[in-house]
Amino acid sequence: MDSADPDHVIDVVGLTKRFGDRTVVNGIDLRVKRGEIFGFLGPNGSGKTTFIRMLCGLLTPESGTGSCLGYDVLRRQREIREHVGYMTQKFSFYEDLSIRENLDFIARLYAVPNRRVAVDATIDRLGFTGRSQQLAGQLSGGWKQRLALAACLIHSPQLLLLDEPTAGVDPKARREFWDHIHQLAAEGLTVLITTHYMDEAERCHRIAYIAYGSLLAQGTVEDVVAGARLTTWEVSGPGLPALAEEIRKAKGVEQVVPFGNTMHVTGRNEAELESAIVPWRGGVAHRWARVPSRLEDVFISLMGQGRDNFK
Amino acid sequence: MRFAFHRFWAVVLKEFIQMKRDRMTFGMMAGIPLLQLTLFGFAINADPKRLPTAVVAGDQGPFTRSFIAAMRHTEYFAFTREFPTQAEAARALELGDAQFVVNIPEDFSRRLLRGEQPSILVEADATDPSATGPAIAALQNIAQNALDRDLTGPLEKLRAGRAPIRLQVHARYNPENITQYNVVPGLMGVVLTMTMIIITALAITRERERGTMENLLATPARPLEVMTGKILPYILVGYVQLTLILLAARFIFDVPMVGSLALVYAVALLFIASNLAVGITFSTLARNQLQAVQMAFFFFLPSILLSGFMFPFRGMPEWAQWVGSCLPLTHFLRIVRGILLKGNGLTEIAPKLWPILLFMTLAMTLALKRYRQTLD
Repeated sequence: MDSADPDHVIDVVGLTKRFGDRTVVNGIDLRVKRGEIFGFLGPNGSGKTTFIRMLCGLLTPESGTGSCLGYDVLRRQREIREHVGYMTQKFSFYEDLSIRENLDFIARLYAVPNRRVAVDATIDRLGFTGRSQQLAGQLSGGWKQRLALAACLIHSPQLLLLDEPTAGVDPKARREFWDHIHQLAAEGLTVLITTHYMDEAERCHRIAYIAYGSLLAQGTVEDVVAGARLTTWEVSGPGLPALAEEIRKAKGVEQVVPFGNTMHVTGRNEAELESAIVPWRGGVAHRWARVPSRLEDVFISLMGQGRDNFK
Repeated sequence: MRFAFHRFWAVVLKEFIQMKRDRMTFGMMAGIPLLQLTLFGFAINADPKRLPTAVVAGDQGPFTRSFIAAMRHTEYFAFTREFPTQAEAARALELGDAQFVVNIPEDFSRRLLRGEQPSILVEADATDPSATGPAIAALQNIAQNALDRDLTGPLEKLRAGRAPIRLQVHARYNPENITQYNVVPGLMGVVLTMTMIIITALAITRERERGTMENLLATPARPLEVMTGKILPYILVGYVQLTLILLAARFIFDVPMVGSLALVYAVALLFIASNLAVGITFSTLARNQLQAVQMAFFFFLPSILLSGFMFPFRGMPEWAQWVGSCLPLTHFLRIVRGILLKGNGLTEIAPKLWPILLFMTLAMTLALKRYRQTLD
């Protein structure tokens, strides 16, 4: 191992990637501890996938330094790949190969010891016993995701990179998936996962928010929410759509989001926001209450800021 | 529902936009007709002229010079070499350096003057009958008229009645001028080019299109491992094709097989590998499977037309021969015909191997380099 710091599985500084004159990842610093589940959030096209590809050596960074699993990310990409399990956004195993053939192929590539036993064990654990000859292309979304995860784990990696693993998967399968991830983390596996789901972000030990290639916030969910210093008011009562139209124009109001029968009004400046809602607060029709800001409010707000910086 | 022009027009516009986006297909639409026009219009000539001819001049007299001049005058023969003995000239024929060898006997002038109708032996490399056919036809006139200007005055009686000289033409390697002898061994190279390039071009493009390539790249598998691993199964496929054609050549077309079949199989390995490397290079350039097939055809077309498979190589203008010489099929055809029809051994084909080797090395290097950049 190159690194003297065995606590951090990912430790990169200023990682940058350009495609032509477009900077896709702009100087990202990130440290992830062993056994941590780290959530990576951000809008589509924000550079999450590119960042992950750089971590596992699929892409070479333009600049930046750092290590992944103790190996230099610029020079020791081959060693990194040996110990990383990478699950791509799109199902990327062979649809014209059976479940067993896919697992066997991956196990051979990683020279897994006792390959036959490992493949059999994986098939049993997945609940594929008896249908291991089925073609991967015939599986439903949830089962494909299980197969992909199992294939990523067959060589017992130390770091799991998961790129939107739960897109298009039903809630029950998602919950099972997350239980599995937590169990693996408890055993010492480090997991970096990208997601668009707020409830999944809240299941991570720590999260980072990336937009337009830059890291805008990181920490625990509580840290990130607190760090954004947002104020949110919840309003309930009749005629909310009309109220939304009106209040959106007021200074200090950044987001107006309907939530079923209530509506959240959020802003960065507490005083400005309070004075903005004064004209409606006095009325009897609506009930107003200060509520804690939600992670989603924080992300939408960060995204606005990120775009301003990007321009 | 009635046909609505606006819906029809919406589809037309969409198709044009997609066509414009797919630059490769767009380029091919212009490229393929241009290529075909150039090939068929300029490069292909079924009446090849200025074929390399060697002379073994046992007699250096004025009659010999007149005869040679008359041959040159037909434009079918270009005298490139002179050999002291018939054996050396025959060797040039075997190697394919000369298409014809003209043997003038030592006592040619003496016997001519005596009115003994001396014979001149013209040996032709007839492996490709269409290359030699028109030239041989033109020879028949020469025997009658070549010496008209020399045989005047008192010698005029020598050309009265029968021809003053007798012309013997030996069509070597394919005496009956059977086209299949030439076409069937050639087909081996053509079929291999076609299938090897298309299959491999698709094999990797498919991985990219389906997203499995990203997965493969994220594993510790090295580019060379992936490439050679993909190539090997297709080499076997190539050998199966080769065997089928050889069997057909032997038992259906009765093509003579003078040389060593083991040598054919050995040379085929280089040739198959070259084509597979081209296929892989294409697959790294193509964004989808359709583009891969288009590119394969773009390579296949000049291969089949400029290699000497369909039309005599020596009938093409110089630039087309130059392009043809860059293609591995051209050299493979010569080697296979040399082995099967002329009984060439390793020493004879060795000088023709290096172009294939060079091509293979370049194509492999390019393929590897391109493959490495697959994601970047």
